[in-house]
Amino acid sequence: MSYLEYTVKYVPTGPRKILYLNWPIALLLLSVGCVGFLMLYSVAGGSLQPWAEPQMKRFAAGFALMLIIAMVPIWFWRNVAALAYAVSVALLFAVELFGEVGMGAQRWIDLGFMRLQPSELAKITLVMLLAAYYDWLPIKKVSHPLWVALPVFFILLPTALVVIQPDLGTSLLLVFAGAAVMFVAGVHWAYFAAVIAAGIGVVVAVFKSRGTSWQLLKDYQYRRIDTFLDPSQDPLNAGYHITQSKIALGSGGWGGKGFMQGTQSRLNFLPEKHTDFIFTTLAEEFGFIGAASLLTLYALIIIFCINTAITNKDRFSALLTIGIAVTFFLFFAVNMLMVMGLAPVVGVPLPLVSYGGSAMLVLLAAFGMMQSAHVHKPR
Amino acid sequence: MRRTAKDSQTSSRSLTRRALMLGGAQAAVVAVLGMRMRYLQVEQADQFKLLAEENRINIRLIPPARGQIYDRNGVVIAKNVPSYRINMVREDAGGDVDLVLRRLSALVPIPPDQLERASADLKRLRGDTPVTVADRVSWDDISKVAVNAPALPGVSPEVGLSRHYPRGADFAHVVGRVGPVSDYDLERIEDPDPLLRIPRFQIGKVGVEAEVEEMLRGKAGTKRVEVNASGRVMRELDRREGKAGANVQLTVDHRLQDYVQARLGEQSAAAIVLDCDSGDVLAIASSPSYDPNLFVNGISVADYRALTDNPYRPLVPKSVQGLYPPGSTFKMVTALAALEAGIITPEDTVYCPGHLELSGRKFHCWKRAGHGSVDLMNSLAESCDVYYYDLALKIGIDAISAMAQRLGLGIRHNIPMSSVKAGVTPTRDYKRARFAQDWVVGDTVNASIGQGFVLASPLQLAVMTARLATGRSVSPRLVKSIDGVEQPTGRGEPLGLDPSNLAKLRRAMFAVTNNRNGTAYGSRIIEDTFRMAGKTGTSQVRNITEAERRRGVTRNEDLPWERRDHALFVNFAPADAPRIAVSVVIEHGGGGSAAAAPVARDITLQALYGDTPPLAAYPEKDRSRIKAQQERLQRERQAREDTRDRGRA
Repeated sequence: MSYLEYTVKYVPTGPRKILYLNWPIALLLLSVGCVGFLMLYSVAGGSLQPWAEPQMKRFAAGFALMLIIAMVPIWFWRNVAALAYAVSVALLFAVELFGEVGMGAQRWIDLGFMRLQPSELAKITLVMLLAAYYDWLPIKKVSHPLWVALPVFFILLPTALVVIQPDLGTSLLLVFAGAAVMFVAGVHWAYFAAVIAAGIGVVVAVFKSRGTSWQLLKDYQYRRIDTFLDPSQDPLNAGYHITQSKIALGSGGWGGKGFMQGTQSRLNFLPEKHTDFIFTTLAEEFGFIGAASLLTLYALIIIFCINTAITNKDRFSALLTIGIAVTFFLFFAVNMLMVMGLAPVVGVPLPLVSYGGSAMLVLLAAFGMMQSAHVHKPR
Repeated sequence: MRRTAKDSQTSSRSLTRRALMLGGAQAAVVAVLGMRMRYLQVEQADQFKLLAEENRINIRLIPPARGQIYDRNGVVIAKNVPSYRINMVREDAGGDVDLVLRRLSALVPIPPDQLERASADLKRLRGDTPVTVADRVSWDDISKVAVNAPALPGVSPEVGLSRHYPRGADFAHVVGRVGPVSDYDLERIEDPDPLLRIPRFQIGKVGVEAEVEEMLRGKAGTKRVEVNASGRVMRELDRREGKAGANVQLTVDHRLQDYVQARLGEQSAAAIVLDCDSGDVLAIASSPSYDPNLFVNGISVADYRALTDNPYRPLVPKSVQGLYPPGSTFKMVTALAALEAGIITPEDTVYCPGHLELSGRKFHCWKRAGHGSVDLMNSLAESCDVYYYDLALKIGIDAISAMAQRLGLGIRHNIPMSSVKAGVTPTRDYKRARFAQDWVVGDTVNASIGQGFVLASPLQLAVMTARLATGRSVSPRLVKSIDGVEQPTGRGEPLGLDPSNLAKLRRAMFAVTNNRNGTAYGSRIIEDTFRMAGKTGTSQVRNITEAERRRGVTRNEDLPWERRDHALFVNFAPADAPRIAVSVVIEHGGGGSAAAAPVARDITLQALYGDTPPLAAYPEKDRSRIKAQQERLQRERQAREDTRDRGRA
């Protein structure tokens, strides 16, 4: 397939492309990034080290990467989608074989200059592949069982590799993002109904299997579920995170305790306050107003993404944009649900705010592709 | 393959529809997030704010200073002295813990094993835990550490309060001692003061320290501190000072106590001096004693073993806990019971042939040949047993026991010392309950001379003597005042005894020590204003069998120590206007007249003169011996005083 498929009247070229970027989204991403710097500065006790400054550098690099990727025509990314997917699956295999073990799970490969988490990569490449797939697939065949089975396989392959790491959070993200792309691509709703029904069945099976010889999850995962369902059961160990996180959030109140005045985070009652639980610090120091503002920023990003997706006549671009938006949405939604005690602690960072390299770089790269789709959309 | 325009259009419309549906679902989730935020941060905010404060703020106790204990003249018996120790915190030591420890040990002498333990603890425990490197360090060493602080990162001198007993062994049995709270203590106390949970907090273990604990302890102060998640104190928010413990003043006179303790020496004995008028305990000694300071600093196993293995039981306050058959000192009870019952008059006589035969069993008098015809005066002076056997058969055990209780025997006197015993004034019920046997008349005969089931503590004997001397129900008082508030005296109400009977009895007791035929004539006081009235007692701790009697009773001195008779003596003085009542019990000391009476006389004179008595108060032939004894005791007391001063320096 080629460029000629578009009924293109005008495509910007050269540096003029910059003008055609989706600037609202870029600025929203930058604002979210700044919220991250602020919070990392705060949790370090008012210091750029050890988190805020590296985060700024990485964000700058990621933002530059986003712009570079945005300059590359979208059809290039469509053409490399299958390859990117294949590479990330291969890396997932590699991490299974040679990966470093961190937090009880094999998650990254040390590349020397950075630690690569193939599971982060897989979230985007899966979305790319599915978008390319449904762009290629004739519309009439979309709901044909055979042509449904194939993308399901594409989803389940990396998911399975992530589950055995084991990383429950990322595997759920993969399934939901993949399913979202399939849904938007027009797969018949009956499939989703069937999967939801089956999902309920699995949940029941998971609970029933506990303590039997065919136990489906690891003990620590069951404990996380227990803790989630009743944090007070184990207030000093597994439930500690959720309990302290809720205390931090709630004690923030309407207007918060003030910048760098969060007692829960400053006195180390919050676990992993610079990564997964950074939202609690924000909510503690800036209160409901601060927390709701961040939520609004995130929601605006999603709204702008959906807007650009539905106005883009190119099917790959639209599906890719939706896929990226859903992945981004799942990140912050799961993280917030988790710290607010509505979901089990599954280890999903708050996108662009939590300290961490690969997740942020991969997300900004993905937004680069989304921008590319926007820049190169048929006009 | 090229897609048709129509195809594209339908697909685009479907995509838009689906994308909007998905967007709707996302909006729903965002709405849930927003509502949850509102719920936690707006509706539940107050509750979570409280929880966050609870997390952050820790209330720490400030231990109050323990109340001091004084004697009746205001001399300190138990006080708090600063105790210095050197603590070290690894986090602040700047990396090389061993280097700092080496520098420290160059400045201050620290035993190698203690240094090793501290080093191991510093490496093992959490970085912010203070580890005590040296305990009970001198002020000089502390100053050295303070001066060299820059070279000793992480090292901090600390001042605490520790109990010290400047009078040492003299008051060990009265005041007792403190020690760190044990798990056993905590279990025993209902709803314990949170202070007791402070590690190594000291509470009274025995004696006044334990019995008046609540008063002495005071009230804890509190400080609110901000702590982090690992419990480390970040800063102090505010503090409220506590209330120091109440000072307790005892009725004991430290000089008299010192003398009595020295006079008893290393014998296994107890002696008490009561103020007849107020019941004040002027001296309450039990020997041998021990140094309570050993316990405060943590007694060594060897020292403790030595105390527990000693057959003279130095840890036991025999003055209140030791129970002895009162022997002949009980005869006043029997006599008074009979006089009050109106069965005899003091002039009635009984013939003593040396024994009393009762249903085939012979009850002997201590004098095999018998006393012949004796009245009250002579029977008491010569301590004739048969006279009292006869009285007992006439009045019965119930009257004797009732009189004993009126005189303060068989009841627990409420003074704040540990294990104050009630003793036994036997009754029919007592024997049935205790031994499941019926009372026989022989038991009454035995009880009449303070043998058999009768048991009394030296304190009770002193109380009995005070009551006989005053006719009032004098009760002992050990605590004179608490925080300056005078405590009620033990003066007591009149016992309602016939004054003429009491007067006769006192005259008989006077005869014991002042008549030529009195058993304690050898221990008389010749200073007329201070003459004493008393009674000897020699109580058997074994039964003398008929066979043994036929062979001739073994002489007491030939028996092993623990089977010898107890020597007792009670007295009051001056005889005509009693000021003090004294009781002395010398365990297995032999005869009351030989072993106990001289001790009681020396104590009495010391108490009445308030100092070393003049030799003129003693009978002429004793003076040289007494002089030597006084000089010896002076030297001993001076020597002890000197070691005390050294210990304080």
